[in-house]
Amino acid sequence: MTARREVVLHVNGRRHELEVSPSDLLLDVLHDGLGLSDVHYGCGEGVCGTCTVLLDGEPVSACLTFAAQVNGCRIMTVAGLTGADGSMHPLQECFLRLGALQCGYCTPGMILAAYQLVERVGSPTRDQIRYELVGNLCRCTGYTKIFEAIEAYANSPEAVVRGGQAVTQGGSPFERGEHPVETGDER
Amino acid sequence: MTATTVVEPAPAQRAAGQYRVVGHSVAHHDFIDKVKGSLHYAADWQLPGMLFGRVVRSQLPSARIASIDVSAARALPGVMAVLTAADVPNNRIVEVASGGLGELEVPMPVLAVDRIRYLGEPVALVAAATQQIADEAAELVAVDCEPLPGVFDVRAALAEGAPTVHDTGNVLVTWQIRQGDVAAGMAAADVVVEGEYRSQHVEHAYLEPEAGVGWIENGVLTLRVATQVVEHAAAIAQMLMLPLNKVRVIATYMGGGFGGKEDMTVEPYLALLAWHTRRPVRMIWDRQESLVASTKRHPFLMLYRTAVRHDGTITAQDVEITGDAGAYPYLSARVLFAAAALACGPYRVPSSSIVSRAVFTNQVPTSAFRGFGAMQVTFGYESQMDRIAERLGLSRTAVRERNFLEKGDEIPTGERLETCVEARRTMEIALDMLGPTPPPDDAGKVVGRGFACNRQPYGRTIWFRDKASAWLSLERDGTLLIRSGVTDLGGGQAASLCQIASEILGVSLEDISIYIGDSALNPPAGGTFATRQLYMSGNAVLQAARDLRHQVAPVAAELLGSSPDDLVFADGRVGGLGLPTGGEQLSAPEGVSAPYVTLAELVSACGQRGVQTAVLSTWQAESGSFDPRAGQGGTFPDYTYGTHAALVEVDRATGLVRVLKYVACHDVGRAINPMRVEGQIQGGAMQGLGYALTEDMAIVDGSPQSMLFADYLIPNSLDFPDVEVAIVESGEGKGPLGARGIGEPSIGNVAATIASAIHDAIGLRPTETPMTPERILALLDQSALRSAVASTTRRQT
Repeated sequence: MTARREVVLHVNGRRHELEVSPSDLLLDVLHDGLGLSDVHYGCGEGVCGTCTVLLDGEPVSACLTFAAQVNGCRIMTVAGLTGADGSMHPLQECFLRLGALQCGYCTPGMILAAYQLVERVGSPTRDQIRYELVGNLCRCTGYTKIFEAIEAYANSPEAVVRGGQAVTQGGSPFERGEHPVETGDER
Repeated sequence: MTATTVVEPAPAQRAAGQYRVVGHSVAHHDFIDKVKGSLHYAADWQLPGMLFGRVVRSQLPSARIASIDVSAARALPGVMAVLTAADVPNNRIVEVASGGLGELEVPMPVLAVDRIRYLGEPVALVAAATQQIADEAAELVAVDCEPLPGVFDVRAALAEGAPTVHDTGNVLVTWQIRQGDVAAGMAAADVVVEGEYRSQHVEHAYLEPEAGVGWIENGVLTLRVATQVVEHAAAIAQMLMLPLNKVRVIATYMGGGFGGKEDMTVEPYLALLAWHTRRPVRMIWDRQESLVASTKRHPFLMLYRTAVRHDGTITAQDVEITGDAGAYPYLSARVLFAAAALACGPYRVPSSSIVSRAVFTNQVPTSAFRGFGAMQVTFGYESQMDRIAERLGLSRTAVRERNFLEKGDEIPTGERLETCVEARRTMEIALDMLGPTPPPDDAGKVVGRGFACNRQPYGRTIWFRDKASAWLSLERDGTLLIRSGVTDLGGGQAASLCQIASEILGVSLEDISIYIGDSALNPPAGGTFATRQLYMSGNAVLQAARDLRHQVAPVAAELLGSSPDDLVFADGRVGGLGLPTGGEQLSAPEGVSAPYVTLAELVSACGQRGVQTAVLSTWQAESGSFDPRAGQGGTFPDYTYGTHAALVEVDRATGLVRVLKYVACHDVGRAINPMRVEGQIQGGAMQGLGYALTEDMAIVDGSPQSMLFADYLIPNSLDFPDVEVAIVESGEGKGPLGARGIGEPSIGNVAATIASAIHDAIGLRPTETPMTPERILALLDQSALRSAVASTTRRQT
């Protein structure tokens, strides 16, 4: 057994102090350790994008990231996009309204990748969306409705955009301070 | 842009404004949980003291087990159990897939005893305090094996003196369907067209791997797993030699299944580990284990001979189908039956001889996969139609139009079609949507257009005398509770039931809760497979909702002083015929022109009068029988018809096929939720594109070649264009309100569509899936070689 070490993770606006082994994957720490069941295991190879989370705002595969690697980082899962009162983010509403899912297993990763894409580029073209989502596999929908949902969101006034053509208000609920930020050991 | 054309049925088929909820693209409870990430799948479940399980699998495809040494594994700290065959109370699972109509009864051990029959076969089980320890312990189980010769191809398995996979021989089942005089039909024809077609092993590749948690509670072994079939509880009880009422299976909402969670996956292993340790156990197959060990789609070898007259009329067809069953039966007998029954497609074939066989090999077992045998044969019968057109100089549409089945026609099993056949209509719509053929990008490329029609059954074979039950209860606050044993793959199986109940009882969708997939607490619905749940449970819920409405209507009529026949149930209220039915109108109370009672008031009034507000209803599908010797009899309740069409561009230098445009049109009878129907068609077509062009779970000498997800190419967001969908609603299905099933039908047409388009582009016909660049190049090279030889021969003579 290798020595365990303490890491601090800021997950969906909450600070967690955790003891992890050097070999503990971020995916397992989030899913089993913190009980974040919205982060799903898909392949363990970084191929399918199912376990995508935003690490300091960038999409990463939690199955290829060691928890010890991301000490002090901000992590957002799809639950972090949902309002503290359970209300849906406009992007989630677009997925819902346009039927951009079936089994829903890839959906959290898909939504996070899409959220970050729109945040980065504003209103992506269909080709841009296709290109950017190549690392997020879906076996149910055939992708079209996912593209349509992302376009509907990107073209809505609620879209959160930084660095693109337009910067609008907002951010994720925890960035807006809607989730109480707590300190201390959440284990 | 996706141009979605919803084709409205003729006015006579549908009364104006007939449905308030059905036919609308509403979102449901499952979608809300899924976009929020709050749905709990099979792996998202933890119990106090939970252990972690792992299956130890064989590394050889064919071997004799000399010994299994578990001592090192047992000695590892944190290991709670290491089990082998000796620990399984009844170590044989006997699958009689066809209901015992004809196949061999070949038992499958839960854990291998002395013989290994495929690479990945379970040999031992481990449960430990952490997953890491369980994985380490699995590595420490020493299986001493003596390799044996194996068979890795159906032709090799059928050869004289081939090694046998089972003592009973290598042929699990042979089906025949015979009608008329094929020899006379062949003789009467002007032309006989022959074709040989091959398909590959395919992986389901649902994104949620096989997973579940098992525990013992009050003496009942409970498994909460990702499964399409909670009725497997009985098989688990038999394995543990427990009474059937001591095993409970709870099916979680699945992260995809496509038939791959129709057989048991983690269930027997979880059951054994929980039973022996008396502790909760979780098991998740990692992706690599799932790739190696989960069941696959059957590779088919299909030989077609089709006899036609000069005008394109089919007089006879002879079909031989051999399916690779892998090492154990699973559902192969039934898959090959469906293949035989559907081998002639949506065409009139006056005399036919169809033989299908399932053959054992030393490879991973094959079983159910969206389309279930009826899918592979589409490539065969549609390629034959194209060949006939080419041979006779007719158009591809003309040859089909001459032979399309119609309502009332006889099919090769001797049955008459009782509902309309919309093959022609879907063909016209799909080709219309496809538009003109664009010119290629550059001189090295060629563009072609193709299409294919299909006939895919929905519902189980009728000799199973299928039934489904549902329990509906109006609660005191006017909300509705549905209990149904249905399992939900993600296709909206539960949601569509809510929509049907809402339609009949007027309970708003947000006021309906549905409890599903529990073998102990829900009335049985049968599994979710065979595109049967809308047909079966949809009819059960429709019947239960009508019964319930019938039960409470007299009380409402009494309160309102009207006749029970004149009531409207809508938006949580019951009123006279003047009751407005739009939500917006209801928000303005002064707009309510007729007296009404709320459902809550009605339930309360029913209580005072002793009238029950709950109903348990069982819907029985039609039944029939099949005579396997005569090759005639009842098969499937009904069929869904459709046509896909595509434009493809073939690069003559690289062999790469690029799909430029793809359209799909199916008659779904009635679209309960058009958005979900569209999703089923788009998703099915996309899976079909993977099957047609990129996916190949190749197995060489018994060893799978794709051991990583990175090596198995399911379609990604860049690979293919948007699938454009047209929905036809004939209203003639046997499902609720005239619906037909759409889960499986949408995948069937794709390979034949792409092959047809490739042939149109390069003049050469692919006969093997997937149609990879290598195979297209080989076709082009052979053709170039042939013309070179021909021109050389011409010069010499």
